[in-house]
Amino acid sequence: MKNYVLQRLVYLVFLLWMVSIVTFVVIQLPPGDYLSTFISRLEQAGEDLSEQQVEALRRQYGLDLPLYLRYFKWIGQVVQGNFGFSFDYQQPVRDIIGERLALTFTIAILSALFTYAVAIPIGIYSATHQYSLGDYVVSIVGFIGLAIPNFMLALMLLYIAWANYGLNLTGLFSPEFVSAPWSLAKLGDMLLHLPIPVIVIGTGGTAGLIRVLRGTLLDELNKQYVITARSKGVGEVRLLFRYPVRVALNPIVSSLAWLFPSLVSGGTITAWVLGLPTAGPMLLRSMITQDTFLTATLLMFITILTVIGTTVSDILLVVVDPRIRMERAAN
Amino acid sequence: MWRRLLARRDKSQPETTLYDESYYLASQWQLIWRKFRRHRLAIFSLLVIIFLYSLALFAEFFSINDIYKRHVKYAKAPPQSLHFVDEEGNFHLRPFIYDLKQELDMDTLQRNYTEDRSKRYPLRFLLEGEPYKLLGILDTNIHLVGVDEPAVYFPFGTDNLGRDLYSRTIHAARISLSIGVLGVVISFGLGCLIGGVSGYFGGTVDVIIQRIIEFIISIPQIPLWIALAAALPPEWSSTQVYFGITLVLATVGWTTLARAVRGKLLELREADFVMAARISNMGDFDIIVKHLLPSFASFLIVVLSLSVPGMILAETALSFLQIGIRPPAVSWGVLLQDAQNIRSLSQSPWLLIPGLFVIVTVLAFNFLGDGLRDAADPYKQ
Repeated sequence: MKNYVLQRLVYLVFLLWMVSIVTFVVIQLPPGDYLSTFISRLEQAGEDLSEQQVEALRRQYGLDLPLYLRYFKWIGQVVQGNFGFSFDYQQPVRDIIGERLALTFTIAILSALFTYAVAIPIGIYSATHQYSLGDYVVSIVGFIGLAIPNFMLALMLLYIAWANYGLNLTGLFSPEFVSAPWSLAKLGDMLLHLPIPVIVIGTGGTAGLIRVLRGTLLDELNKQYVITARSKGVGEVRLLFRYPVRVALNPIVSSLAWLFPSLVSGGTITAWVLGLPTAGPMLLRSMITQDTFLTATLLMFITILTVIGTTVSDILLVVVDPRIRMERAAN
Repeated sequence: MWRRLLARRDKSQPETTLYDESYYLASQWQLIWRKFRRHRLAIFSLLVIIFLYSLALFAEFFSINDIYKRHVKYAKAPPQSLHFVDEEGNFHLRPFIYDLKQELDMDTLQRNYTEDRSKRYPLRFLLEGEPYKLLGILDTNIHLVGVDEPAVYFPFGTDNLGRDLYSRTIHAARISLSIGVLGVVISFGLGCLIGGVSGYFGGTVDVIIQRIIEFIISIPQIPLWIALAAALPPEWSSTQVYFGITLVLATVGWTTLARAVRGKLLELREADFVMAARISNMGDFDIIVKHLLPSFASFLIVVLSLSVPGMILAETALSFLQIGIRPPAVSWGVLLQDAQNIRSLSQSPWLLIPGLFVIVTVLAFNFLGDGLRDAADPYKQ
C-alpha cells in the first residue's frame, strides 16, 4: 500500500513535468506572439513603435530566445514560485491568478459534492425500483441532462430567472462586492450566487453518474450472494447497503478521475456564459491575446488540479476495493 | 387473475422468436437487426437522425430565405405562428401566416412586432424562389415552402440583423452534423492505428503508448481544445478552418477510441471462440475474417455512434466561444453566439432554437448507440 502510494506520487511528479512541457509548446503554436498582437493594437490606436523600441520590448519579454531556452528560463522561475509576467494585465502572473484558481477549485469541489449528493440516492432508487415510473422519469431527465450542453443550460436558467423573476444571475458577486476586499458580507453574497453555477456545472456529471450507478447496481442485485443473504433473512435495507451498494460505489470512486477534469472543463464555458471570475474565462482571454506566461501557468494549474484528482481517485480505489488491493499486492 | 396475468406474460415471452427455426439459421447481422427492430426508441432515433441529415443535405430546398439576406424591416422579429382559423372564424385547411408590422416602443427603444391581420398569406408548397444547385449539381429553384410577396415567413424568427433563423439553422446543420462524423472517422483512424499498434506489439511499446494516452486524458479537454483551436491562423478560409477544427477535435478525441480498440482487440484475441476455431484447425486469415472482424465491427458501430455526439457538442462549444467555426460560415455554435448575453436573450429568446437542434441530435445519437449496443450484445435478450 505504502509502495503503491509512493509509486503514484513519483508518477504524479513526472506527469506534472510533462504537463509543463506540453502546455508551453501548445501555447507557442499560434502564429505570432503577444508582442505582434500588442504592436498591431497600438498601430490601430494610431501609435507607432520604432524598430529599437520593438527590439527592446522583445528582449524585455524574452521573446528573442529560442523556444527551449524560453522554456528553461520559465520553468526555472516556476520552480521558485515565480510564474512570469502577464503582458496583458501588466502584473506578475502570481498576483492575478490566486483568487481565480481558488474560486475555480471551490466551484469544482462544490459541483462534485452536488453531483454525488444527487446522483447516489437517485441511482440507488432507480436501480431498486427498476422500470417504475420514478425510474423512467429519472432516466429521461438524465438523458436530457447529458444531451444539453452546459452553456445551453446556463443560458436557459439565466433566461428563466430573468423572464420570470427579473433576476440577473450572472457573476459571482453583486456589483457592490466585485472589487471589494474579502469580508463576511462578500462571502454571504457569493453563497447566494453559487447555486446556479454549481447546478449547471454539476448536471452533466450527475446524469452520467446516475446511469453508471444504476447499471452496476442492477448487475449486483441479480447476483447470487444477494439471493443467499436474502434467504438467510437479512433485511432489505441492510442487505442493500451492506453489499451491493458498496460494490456499486466503486465506479463512483473511479469516476472522481474523469469527473474532476470534466468539471473543470465544463466550468470553462459555463463560467464564460455566467461571467464568473474563475480561471476559465481568463484562460480564454489570455489564449486569444497570446499572453504566454499567463496561459501556460493557468493551463498548468488546471491540469495539476486534474492530475491530483486522478491520483487521489486511484489511491482511494485501492483503499475501498480489496480486490484491487490484492491484485496490486500480487504484482 | 394472477394465473391469467402470468399466462399472458408467458405468451409475451419471445419464445416463438427464440425457438423459431429461422432463429438458428439467421446470420449475426440478421440477429442484430431483429433485436434492434424491437428497440422502438432506437428506431425512432434513427429516423430522427436520417431526417436531420436530409435537412442538412437538401438545406437549400428546405430553406425559405437566403441565409445571408438581411431583412432590415424584420430585425429581431419573433417566430411567426401558423394559423388555421382567420379573423372571421373560418377554418382553412391550408395554413397561413400574417405579415409582421414593426412598431418602435418610444420608452424602451425596442422594436415590437404585431401581426397585420388585414391580409392572409397562405403557405405555398414547392414554389419557385432563389435559384440554387441541389446537391451541388442539379440546377433548380424549387423550395419546399414559402409565402407570396411582400410577406416573409420566419418560422424561427430572425436574428439581430434580420436574417432568417430557420434557414440559417438548417444550413448550419451541414457543418455541425458533418463535423461530428468526420471528426469521429479521423479520430477513429488514429485510434485504430495507435491502439492496434499498442495491442499488437505489446510490451514496452504498449506501456509507452498507454502512458501517453493516460497523459493526454489527464489534460482537461476543453482548455486543450481552446489552446489548439486558438492556434488556427486567423487568415484561414472557412473550409480550412472547418478541417482545422475537425483535426483539433480528432487529436484530442482519439485517445478514448484507441483505448477501446486496444481493449477489445486484447479481449477478442483471448476469447474462447477464437481458441475453439484455432483448435479446429482454422487458418489465421479465416479466423480474422470470420470471427474477429464481425464481432469487432458490431462493437465499432456502437462506439462510433456513441462518440459522434461528443464531437458535435465540442464543435458547438468551440464555435460558441468564437474560436471554432467563424462567420460567415454557419454552424449551430456560431448561431448560438448571438444568444450569449442576457440582454439579447431576454429580447429574443428564440435565438436559442439552434441549441434545441443540438440537444435533439445528441439525444438521438445516444439512444441509437444504446439500442445498437443492446442489439449487438449476444447475451442480452
